[in-house]
Amino acid sequence: MQTPAPFEYERATSVDGAIASLQEHGPEARLIAGGHSLLPMMKLRLANPEFLIDINDLDELSYIDDRMTEIRIGALTRHTELLESDVLARRFPVFRDAEEVIADPVVRNRGTIGGSLCQADAAEDLSAVCAALKANIVIKAPGGERTIGMDGFYIGPFTTAVGADEMLTEIQLPIRPGAGSAHEKVERRAGDFAIAAVSASLWLQGGTIADAGIALAALGPTTIIASRAEELLKGKAPSEELFAEAGQIAAEDSMPVPDGRGPVDYKRHLAGVLTTRALLRAAARALQQEVH
Amino acid sequence: MEVTITINGEQVTRDVEPRQLLVHFIRDTEGLTGTHWGCDTSNCGACVVLMDGKPIKSCTTLAAMCVGHEIRTVESLERHGQLDPVQLGFHELHGLHCGFCTPGMLMTARALLDHNPNPTEHEIRTAISGQICRCTGYKNIVSAVRWAAEHEAAMKQEA
Repeated sequence: MQTPAPFEYERATSVDGAIASLQEHGPEARLIAGGHSLLPMMKLRLANPEFLIDINDLDELSYIDDRMTEIRIGALTRHTELLESDVLARRFPVFRDAEEVIADPVVRNRGTIGGSLCQADAAEDLSAVCAALKANIVIKAPGGERTIGMDGFYIGPFTTAVGADEMLTEIQLPIRPGAGSAHEKVERRAGDFAIAAVSASLWLQGGTIADAGIALAALGPTTIIASRAEELLKGKAPSEELFAEAGQIAAEDSMPVPDGRGPVDYKRHLAGVLTTRALLRAAARALQQEVH
Repeated sequence: MEVTITINGEQVTRDVEPRQLLVHFIRDTEGLTGTHWGCDTSNCGACVVLMDGKPIKSCTTLAAMCVGHEIRTVESLERHGQLDPVQLGFHELHGLHCGFCTPGMLMTARALLDHNPNPTEHEIRTAISGQICRCTGYKNIVSAVRWAAEHEAAMKQEA
């Protein structure tokens, strides 16, 4: 029987209360939301928190809010809600692409976006989605809050910029004109983690690429932002040749390790192919949007 | 710690360890052994129950997390001696071989039909994609859920 080691449990009734509790109980305290990453790790003794603070009652952290300049997503928003959100699918179709292939519908009823990002599993899809969209992450601390970009969010494998007494509360997605985005994933079976996955976003202006975001999942120790490939695209007109070249660069910059899901050369090949495919779909979507 | 959970419409208060998983609470504390305990890693779906009407995997949920929520297990499907249409469907179309995955399949099917009374085959297959039938009897399971949808629609029309 797999059961977690003993711990104490408390239910948070407010964000400030949860943070105060984290402060009080020190680094051995952890927040728990859906629990579909943390509980399996606790069963295997890969994580042994002594104190769990359940934040599932914090309804104020569950929202998808369409502002004029950005979409704000509360940390406790569940995968099912992200999948079903029409506003998200319209603004950033990469979300629905990814959510359709994240775990399975039953797991998606529990798992949250904040938990997914904070788990910092390099193979996790939403981290690549948020990195490609150049999301900003709001982190609440005992003394106030700060906002950081996804490029500064991952410090290492399973490690983020969120401190032991801090809490990720919101994901902000800037809305800019001419946007298109897509997620491409190859998996062994339905609902599995990726063998390799790539999120891409493009912002087109007057026929050229004003900005681009490319992030790789399961292709290195953390989510990888393919900055060299992003730079290549800026200021150029979208074309199949350009996207093939960007794919080649992304493959060079990927850092896959061999495991049960495949050898290095196969994963590197996927990095290139999936980057090119994601960019092609992102461009097609951006062009459709520009017509409106 | 003391927890109060509504399970199959009945409010129960029990003293549990915070680490007790919902599946063990249901089976060992409440004695409701219809819910099966399978892979223990949220992959197989044998342990699926409904929390506030939505299917969840009870092997990856703490009993403590269910305080204030409504849990439904497979035992709640039969009412006043009448099988639920999804149970009838599995019976009519032989939707089970060994039966181990059945409680999870039934609960997911029930939640699907509550949400979408007329699902396509593709929608049914997507809904049960988090559940494994090791006898690989998926074809009959999908047909059974479709049968239940049609049976339920016919019943409503008669009523």
